[in-house]
Amino acid sequence: MNDMVCPITNGLPKVRERPLDPPAIFGQLRDDRPIAPMTFPDGARGWVVTSFAHARTILTDSRFSSQGSLKHLAFASELATELDIEKDLPPGQFEHMDPPEHTRFRKLLTGEFTLRRMKAMVPQIERIAAGRVAAMRAKGQSADLVRDFSVPMSAQVICELLGVPEDARGRFEELSFRALSLDVKAEESKAVLDAIVNLLIEVAMGKVAEPGDDLLTGLVTGGQLEPAELIGVTLLLLVAGHETSANMLSLGTYALLREPEQLAKLRADESLIDNAVEELLRYLTIVHIGVQRTPTEDVELAGVTLRAGETALIHLPSVNRDPERFPDPDRLDITRGAIGHLTFSHGIHQCLGQQLARQELKVGFTTLLREFPDLRLAVDPDEIPMRENMTIYGVHELPVAW
Amino acid sequence: MVIEADPELCVGSGMCALTVPDLFDQSQDDGTVVVLRPVPADPELDDVRDAVRRCPSGALKLTD
Repeated sequence: MNDMVCPITNGLPKVRERPLDPPAIFGQLRDDRPIAPMTFPDGARGWVVTSFAHARTILTDSRFSSQGSLKHLAFASELATELDIEKDLPPGQFEHMDPPEHTRFRKLLTGEFTLRRMKAMVPQIERIAAGRVAAMRAKGQSADLVRDFSVPMSAQVICELLGVPEDARGRFEELSFRALSLDVKAEESKAVLDAIVNLLIEVAMGKVAEPGDDLLTGLVTGGQLEPAELIGVTLLLLVAGHETSANMLSLGTYALLREPEQLAKLRADESLIDNAVEELLRYLTIVHIGVQRTPTEDVELAGVTLRAGETALIHLPSVNRDPERFPDPDRLDITRGAIGHLTFSHGIHQCLGQQLARQELKVGFTTLLREFPDLRLAVDPDEIPMRENMTIYGVHELPVAW
Repeated sequence: MVIEADPELCVGSGMCALTVPDLFDQSQDDGTVVVLRPVPADPELDDVRDAVRRCPSGALKLTD
């Protein structure tokens, strides 16, 4: 490997030439070397994967481990954008586990996230979205879509699913907003995390005294998790479900407002919404740090040898722009059948909450377009601050008018 | 052609039920795959192949 230049050093590059496209270097890498050497900010040598086919292969190969202790920070940063999985978080973070440990947690939860159950939540989600629209209207003719729509909507949906009681929701929303806007030092990040954990403990204790018909009650009364694991799993659901949906709602709206032709198509034919949601998921791929898998033995793939311990970073945003899989990939086209994209990853860790995300995005975009026929950006599109430093990509704020 | 599903491998992503709701559902208990009709009609075969390809855990097969 010594003759190979390592093009990605000190972690992933953050600077994008255009806000909605991954950095151009990844496209060049895919053409030349779809599995290319890289070094992580901690100095570890690994690989960056940019082709759709190789990504799918690795994500379904059981020789690759998801253990948290084998993963590395993806971005060089002084900011607390990524927490130490083992030190900072309670046990039960099963996205960082392999079978059979992973299986124990996942099987406890899959029944709660079926397509049927998530579709049954649509009336509740619609009620939540209508509430946000009313709050926006109460402000006049303009609002920040992030603070006034996406973040509270997403927080309320996850509260509804988990069964967070009404009296705790205000605190929950405030904490979640702070957690999502963190580009601050580790201490504040840790303080917000501790406050969220304490609130979850309080809510879980409440379910012991007063059980309800909700996910948290199921976990509390099921007796299959240790108390610390129960809090850890709940925290994982919260973080995975909330930050992602909130950012997709805002960034998706931003993308549509930037592309008037696509927006007009969707306004003219609401039945395009399912396709539009899949295409926005593909095109925006907000998990811009990708996912990591570490081979537990030497693996030959695409003419290279990934040695045991050399972590492969699957760069999801560029994998979803592979022209072999999606023709004219850099074009947002809400009529293309983008389903099959890897935004929710692939393999046994594929997103547990993806069917909830689909319903939430569908209701969110449909509601916004229906209720605000003249929705527009209140500032120049290039002035919108992007979340380049954050674990989940998106916009920090989105001033809109109607 | 017959659909074979392995609930042990299934991770409950719901991709099959989303792709061909007439043929696939998920168990109410643990979310794993339930095949509603194991022998698809000819016009359904392309959709079933899509469902097999989209299954993240390799729990589905279409066999002769």
